[in-house]
Amino acid sequence: MSGLTDDAARRLRANPAAVFALYVILALVALALFGPWLNPNSIEALDWLHVAARPGLQSAHWFGTDRLGRDLFVRTLAGTRVSLGVGLVASVVSLVVGLSYGAIAGYSGGRTDHLMMRIIEILSGLPLIFFVILLTVVFGRSEYLLFFSIGAVGWLTMARIVRGQTMSIRRREFIEAAVASGANTRRIIVKHVIPNVIGPVIVYATLSVPQIVLFESFLSFLGLGVQEPHASLGTLIAEGAGEMESAPWILLVPGGFLALLLLCLNIFGDGLRDALDVKEG
Amino acid sequence: MVPTLSIEDLSISFAQRNARLEAVQRVSLAIAPAECVGIIGESGSGKTQVFMAAMGLLTKNAAASGSIRFEGGELLNADAAALNRIRGSKLTMIFQDPMTSLAPHLSIGLQLSEVLICHAGMSRRDAWSFAGDMLERVRVPQPKRRLREYPHQLSGGMRQRVMIGMSLLCEPKLVIADEPTSALDVTIQAQLIELLRVMRGELGMGLVLISHDLGVVAGLADRILVMYAGRIVESAPAGELFRHARHPYTAEMLKCIPKLSGPRLARLPTLAGQPPQPGESLEGCAFAPRCPLVRDRCRTERPLLAGGGDFSVACHFPLSHE
Amino acid sequence: MIRYFLTRLAGAIPTLLIIVTVTFFLMRAAPGGPFDQEQTLPPEIMANLQSAYGLDRPIWTQYGRYLAALVRGDFGPSFKYKDFTVTELIRQGFPVTLQLGLIALALALFIGIPAGLFAALHHNSAADYATMSLAVLGLAIPTFVVLPFLGLLFGIYLHWLPIAGWEPGSIRHLALPTAALALPPLAYIARLTRGSMLEVLGSPFIRTAFAKGLPLHTVILRHALRPALMPVASYMVPAVASIMTGSLVVESIAGLPGIGRYLVQGALNRDYTLVLGMVIIYSTLLIGMGLLVDLLYAWLDPRVRP
Repeated sequence: MSGLTDDAARRLRANPAAVFALYVILALVALALFGPWLNPNSIEALDWLHVAARPGLQSAHWFGTDRLGRDLFVRTLAGTRVSLGVGLVASVVSLVVGLSYGAIAGYSGGRTDHLMMRIIEILSGLPLIFFVILLTVVFGRSEYLLFFSIGAVGWLTMARIVRGQTMSIRRREFIEAAVASGANTRRIIVKHVIPNVIGPVIVYATLSVPQIVLFESFLSFLGLGVQEPHASLGTLIAEGAGEMESAPWILLVPGGFLALLLLCLNIFGDGLRDALDVKEG
Repeated sequence: MVPTLSIEDLSISFAQRNARLEAVQRVSLAIAPAECVGIIGESGSGKTQVFMAAMGLLTKNAAASGSIRFEGGELLNADAAALNRIRGSKLTMIFQDPMTSLAPHLSIGLQLSEVLICHAGMSRRDAWSFAGDMLERVRVPQPKRRLREYPHQLSGGMRQRVMIGMSLLCEPKLVIADEPTSALDVTIQAQLIELLRVMRGELGMGLVLISHDLGVVAGLADRILVMYAGRIVESAPAGELFRHARHPYTAEMLKCIPKLSGPRLARLPTLAGQPPQPGESLEGCAFAPRCPLVRDRCRTERPLLAGGGDFSVACHFPLSHE
Repeated sequence: MIRYFLTRLAGAIPTLLIIVTVTFFLMRAAPGGPFDQEQTLPPEIMANLQSAYGLDRPIWTQYGRYLAALVRGDFGPSFKYKDFTVTELIRQGFPVTLQLGLIALALALFIGIPAGLFAALHHNSAADYATMSLAVLGLAIPTFVVLPFLGLLFGIYLHWLPIAGWEPGSIRHLALPTAALALPPLAYIARLTRGSMLEVLGSPFIRTAFAKGLPLHTVILRHALRPALMPVASYMVPAVASIMTGSLVVESIAGLPGIGRYLVQGALNRDYTLVLGMVIIYSTLLIGMGLLVDLLYAWLDPRVRP
């Protein structure tokens, strides 16, 4: 299985920034998952005594509270969980769609491939947000739409990569043999093409995580993403922006979390790309 | 008489990851005014790096020691301002591949005239006119039209003529031609060598002709230096070298040239083996592994360049010709 | 050259048509309609409304009428903002968004390219690492985080700049929004320029330029710069797309009365004609940008010219 070879792994380990970023990411994820045990406050509880309270390690609310008295520490961690969760599901969607589309295009070749690639070409030019807005207008806001839209962030490039790989594999002898022996197309794709393509696909999926998290927060910020009662980091930041003048920490806490998470994801992604010597752009 | 170019004890090494590669080791040579010197060697022999150092074109990871004087002035490690007064005007260079050596987005006219504007202080109009004249002299057809064209619109041979012309614009004292014909086919090769001869006749400049091909150098050079593994191994007047090569390496190379006269051979002779990689330090003579005349002393003791006057050779057992 | 441009233009029109068509039919295919949020109206009034907006005609007729109106520059009435047609809303908001976007693009180019150049010329120095680290920050942190942060710093703590609101011709109100909007493309352009310049500097023709004794500034500006900018030219269309996307957020946060805000509102309100109109405007801009970039290529690299 191709992918992270020993050489690349060594290069990655030698990159202090990338390694550090990875640790930070793991720490944040661990915090998001296990943090609530450190702090007794619940997500929903409204603490009327401490509305919009400042953060303080001595007080009951380490990161302060928001306008409704909800503890910010717990809410931020919950928001992180939502962002990461949605991101994960969306990545899988993106992977599946991109993989299938690319495999079919690459395998079929000829006019099917040409048409499919043309479609991708037209779609790549247009910013995703417009599609999402169109779909939102048409179908209203729903959870499935959300996963689909965010998943759409990566699938175009994924499809291109998979298609390229599929085309090169298609020409190899063992595929010819399989075709000659009468195996049906779907079986060939699933049994032969996909395992060989998995390597670069995993790499690309990893590299597209920051974009997915970013897009999810973006949508939630605008109100097109995660809906009540769930709140992702984007939603929290939107709330915070409204309270900027009076209680800046409501913005700073989730904002800082998201910024840190994205920063480290990007640094790690860069390191990964350098280690694998993939060209940028 | 001051040599135009005088190189003394030049050593060049490159920093690569954890090692230093010695590409050129204590090379000394002198080129007299109007002299044409051929530098022969395989790739990796260091022949190009010597002159890159003279032109101040060594890469950042290179370290050079020794001395390179051009008409008395020290070039090695000189500052950019001093270098820029000389290179491009009095000391010029022609590179191997004319397609990649010319800027793709600038017109031929611009690339030529900028040399004149920069070094000779000409006005734009005069410079373009002069450039057109030069194109005519190097036998580029329709020179006025060519000035407005771009490198990709010209054939390989024409591009190299442009490069030659570019090197001659300011009447240099010395032109360094680094494998000027290697990227082109044989017929063009002959034309370009002929062009160089003609231009040399007209302008009387010195010429350094670097090549791996003895044939290219044969017609033009007054004197030939042979380099191997970063060192000069033989130096002789051109005619003498071809008639009586003293170093076994030179002799082997000469054997490899197909001859029109003499018996037909079933197979062309070739030189066995590979030259050492730059940086491989060896005991003894660098050519020993491939030398047909090798003896024990060759493997343990490195031969120094010895000889006087016109001839020198670095070999313990140079070929003699009575 | 003119013919080249016209060919590309001719190719762009079908794309635009496809976008308009797909968007139109997508809108009409949606369950429910623009009036659903209203309190249930008596059927006769609903029928009248439908008729007034032309919604009772067969769909192809609606499409045809829409296209015809488009060509006249009429985007139809907004379903939500009852007193305004979409055209009026666009006319109000477009100049604001255009200003915002153009300034951001200019900032990204005029700061990003020199920054990348600087880093390339000081390759592997502390300045290089510093610049590239800043670039990573700019790339990673989303606009909707940067803008409030900037607002906090410059608006609330330092009181230098206003954080929201708009006055025509006011630079102060545009300062923070354009800065936040420009940051991601700026960072990307800086990285791109640096990498590309480093590559170009290793090319044989640069070696020739040095060998000709040309001064450093000539080599960099005349010989190296144009080839090095090719990737940046390619990036222009994604850059504009990124700025468009960012403007949606920036206009919302900073309260700028541009069309981005209308787009978001239109989505939330299911205002068909408004969304349709906005998407067409944005798509036209992008396609137009693509054409400009094609022209730019031809200027940068003579080999492209027919």
